[in-house]
Parts: sequence; structure tokens; C-alpha cells
Amino acid sequence: MTPPGATAEAAAGTGRAIALPRPRAATLGRGIVAGYLGLVVLIPLAAVVARSTAGDWSEFAAAITNQQAVAALKLTLAASLIVVLVNALAGTAIAWVLVRDEVPGKRLVNTVIDLPFALPTIVAGLTLLALYGGHNPLGVDVAYTRTSVVLALLFVTLPFVVRAVQPVLLELDREMEEAAASLGASPLATFRRIVLPSLWPAILAGGALAFARSVGEFGSVVLLSGSQPFKTEVASVFIYGQVESGNTTGAAAVSVVLLAISLLILVGFSLLARRSLRHAG
Amino acid sequence: MNAANPRQQRPARGASRRPRARFALAALLALALAGAVAACGASTSANGGKIALVAYSTPEKAYDALIPAFQKTPEGKGASFTTSFGASGDQSRAVEAGQPADVVEFSLEPDMQRLVDAGIVPADWNQNRYHGFVTDSVVTFIVRKGNPKGIHTWDDLVKPGVEVIVPNPFQSGGARWDIMAAYGAQLNEGKSPAQAQAYLKELFQHVPVQPASANDALSAFTNGKGDVLLDYENDALEAQAAGASVDYVIPDDTIKIENPIATTKDAPQQAKDFVKFLYTPEAQQIFADQGYRPVVPSVFQRNADRFPTPPGLFTIDDLGGWDKVSTEFFDPENGIVAGIERDLGVATQ
Repeated sequence: MTPPGATAEAAAGTGRAIALPRPRAATLGRGIVAGYLGLVVLIPLAAVVARSTAGDWSEFAAAITNQQAVAALKLTLAASLIVVLVNALAGTAIAWVLVRDEVPGKRLVNTVIDLPFALPTIVAGLTLLALYGGHNPLGVDVAYTRTSVVLALLFVTLPFVVRAVQPVLLELDREMEEAAASLGASPLATFRRIVLPSLWPAILAGGALAFARSVGEFGSVVLLSGSQPFKTEVASVFIYGQVESGNTTGAAAVSVVLLAISLLILVGFSLLARRSLRHAG
Repeated sequence: MNAANPRQQRPARGASRRPRARFALAALLALALAGAVAACGASTSANGGKIALVAYSTPEKAYDALIPAFQKTPEGKGASFTTSFGASGDQSRAVEAGQPADVVEFSLEPDMQRLVDAGIVPADWNQNRYHGFVTDSVVTFIVRKGNPKGIHTWDDLVKPGVEVIVPNPFQSGGARWDIMAAYGAQLNEGKSPAQAQAYLKELFQHVPVQPASANDALSAFTNGKGDVLLDYENDALEAQAAGASVDYVIPDDTIKIENPIATTKDAPQQAKDFVKFLYTPEAQQIFADQGYRPVVPSVFQRNADRFPTPPGLFTIDDLGGWDKVSTEFFDPENGIVAGIERDLGVATQ
């Protein structure tokens, strides 16, 4: 789940002509990929799904229609959508500045962008708590509110869009923009008609990963949100509570809902990205 | 990588078998490797002659002192330990799932019962003079330095404008002690069970955040949230020792917290000697120095000025025991506390 992977996917659309590997090596490679994916990803996911239906379907239905679970899922989705929108904008802008502008300290910023990935999210939560809590130097007290949930998610998902858009911008042929400008297109029109269509798949890919990450994020929100049921309790924290209370079936059921939502978003964004690639091509 | 899916040419007849065989072979190999890794993980229960101690998080510092003290005794000569500390429920579930353990200590009895049910801890673990408990504590009110809001009784917690921090009882097993202290105190005051439940509901209206663990709750409190934190006496003492600017109040009516310890069925003799050592005056004094109430009467007497006994002290057994309380109050679907959270939550949405 790293942005470079997403970038590769987005960028691969422009370079379809890849030399065919030799059949034998390809088969061996595919076998390893299938075996590895099965072991590391698919079997655990299947186990979660199996666990969620360990009882009967009515138990599953009861678990996911539990009022507290529904409230937590709603909050998680709403916060994640806000976070994706904001970070799609901000991430693209940051990538633009990093690639196109000569600003002092650019290298430093470029390095710092990835730090939210490196920081254990529980430490991020603790730091944000000190920053936004009662005794903070900023004079804002938003800890333990829904705003704090969004702030925590903004922090941990920032790198996704930046790192997805940045390499595409680097590869972008500037002659097209120059041609557009020399034909009289305004900078805004050039950006909208020439640059944005090329960036769009990368923004979508980064946004999809940011969304998936937001939906499952635990460490940074568990401290900062105060996990007040119906108010600031997100889905992952609710699930944690179910596990701690010995209700593993309920926990798995709500997890399956999260997985399904993430899958839908990933597939949906990927379809959108493909469509915009066709239009751009 | 969907865009780069090379449409592979169908290999000539006759050659078609081998690639498929290789595919299967590679997948099989990967599976076998994983199986081997899993098998290795399962067969390390012997633990190389070391005593595996698995405990909840707060007594870690006490064990830092207790283990060297044990190693100085004749029974403890040459003993070496592996230790693991974490949230009580998590630790219990880990041992249930196969984490090697010779000595287990938890913050509350249901976590021990889980291992008895799983056949890992013998059913007679609590058949000693101290009923299997190695340390005690009480639920206290941690307040701001100087107690500016004048918090002394349970009724003070539900006065207008008072904010109370309680960890989420569904995420923190330890928080269940706090809730049961509040409930039992009401019964002690002569209220009916229905009135005591009404008090719990009123109390939760004063709870602005429900952190996921006692530790998270303490950091929320020291970060400036709330007027009162419901927490254990040993945590209060530790927070003061760590320099936090807090006081604490022991209410007249409160619950006696009892922390269970046991050796597992396959534990070596030295592990059993270690648990026996923990009941010696020397070890109990180390616990006392870390803020725990000693269970051995003579050591408790020696430290009585540090640990005043409130007049209305009661135990979980006075409320029917953990078995009854867990179902009645903390069932995540039908428990009384789940209902209170739901009523308040739906009302504020």
C-alpha cells in the first residue's frame, strides 16, 4: 500500500507497449505472485469474512445494523470523504509546487512529506493531542471533537496524493503547455485542458488509497477522538471495542462492511481513472 | 498493473504442460514455506528454559524490581525470564491463542477465567489463602491539584458543570471497575438497583470523552480535559510520582480492585516458586512501593498510613461476581451500560 505502486498503475496506462517476458519466467512469476498474494492477503481477508458469518446471517445483520455501529460507520465515511477531497486538492497543489516551482527549502519539504508514513500513528495521535488539546500553544481546543478526527486523517493521508501526482507531473511534456500558451490559451485554460487530464488518473489513484487508509485508520484517532460513542467513535475504534468486549463476530461483521466500502471505492476510482485515460488518450 | 497485462501467446501444443506445472509448483512451494513458518511458531512453547511472564501493563515497573529480587533467593537462582506487558484483555486473548506463558497476571478476573475455560490455567488457580489475587487497589477520583471543584463524593461527580473522564468500558476492561464502583456505591448509600442505574446514566451525561484505555484516559486528563478522572489508586500514585499536577480522593464508598495471578498447567517448578515468592513480605513491599495495596495483612498493616481503608469498601462479589456483572452490565448488545450509551448517543445525534 505505498503510493509509488499507485503511481505505477496510473502511469502504466501511458506506456502499454511492454515487452513480453519469456513464457516460462512469466508463469513462474505468476505462480509466485499468486501464492504470495494468497498467503499474505487473500487468506487473511477470507478468514475475516468467514469469522463475520461464524454465527448465522441474522447475527451478521444485527451486528451491522446496531445503532452504534451505524453511527460509527457514518462518521467514518463522512470524515474520509472530506479528507479525500481536501487532500486531493492540497496534495496536487503541493506536488505542483515541488515539481514546478523553485522555492527555498523544497528538498526539505520533499523529504518531510513522507514522514506521516514513517511515524507510528499512535505517536501522531499523541502529538496532535498535545497540539489541539486544552493546554496547547495554538489556543484552539478541538481535541475530542469530530473536527479532530478529520484533522488526524488529513495528517496520515497527505502523502498519498502528493506521491501519486508528483512523478506524473515530472514526466509531463511541457511542450504541450507551451504550444497551448503560444496559441493564446490562458494559464487556467492550459491547466484545465492540458495538465489536469494527465494528472486526473494519478489524483484518483492517490485519492482512492487515501480513502482506504482513512476508513481503516485507528492509531491516530483512538487517542485524539476520545472515542465517545455516537459522537466521535469511528468504525475502527468501534471494532476495537467489540474485540475487547469479546464480540469477535460483531467486530468481523463491521470490518467486512469497511472492506466492502473500500473495495467499492478502489474499484470505482480505478474505473474513473481508466475512463479519463481514454478521454485523455 | 491492469493496464500492463501482456496478452500472452498460447504456447505450442506439447509445451503447454510445463508452464502450468511450474505455476503449481511455485504456488505449492510458497504454501509449504508458510506452513513451515507457522509450524515453527507453534513449537516454541518450551521457551528455552526461561519463565514466560505475561501480564497487564501497569505492574511492569514492579516486575523490574521483583524479578532481580527473586533471582537472589535460593529458589530463584539462575532463573531467567521473558516478559510481555500489554492491555489485560489483549494479553489474555494472546495466551488463549497460543502465546507461551508460565505466569499470567491480569487486571481483572474474567481475563483469567478465559484461560481456565481454554484449559490453559488449572481450575483451582484461586485455591490459596489470597484467592489467587496478588495485589489490591481501589477506585479513586483523580482531580486537579488542590481539588478546585471540591470533589469528595459520588454525588459531586454529577453536579452541574463537572466533567468526568472514564475510559470506554467496552474498550478498556479496567474501566469496568470504575463503573461497578459507581454502581455499588449507590447501593451502599441505600439506593435501589433501578436508582443506581439511573445514577450511572446521569454520570455518563457528565462524561465528555471515553478514551480507549486507562492510560489514554490519564493522558487526556493531564492534557487538560475534564475535572475528575475515575482511575485506580496505584495509577494515581504513579501519576503523582511521575510529576503530574494532580491530587486524588478516595470516596467513602468504593470498590476493592483485585488483580489475579496464576501459573499455567505446564509451568515449570521455578515459575510456581516465583508466584510463591510474590506473596513474601519482601515482594509485597515492592508492590506497595509501586502503589499497589499488599494482600498479605502484615505488609498491609506496615503501609496502612499510605493506604487508608474507606468505610464503605466493597468487592465485586458483593455485586454478584464478574460472571453476573459482565453479562448484566457489559454485554455489548444487551448490557445495561450498552443501553445507557445508546440512549444518550441517540438523544444527542
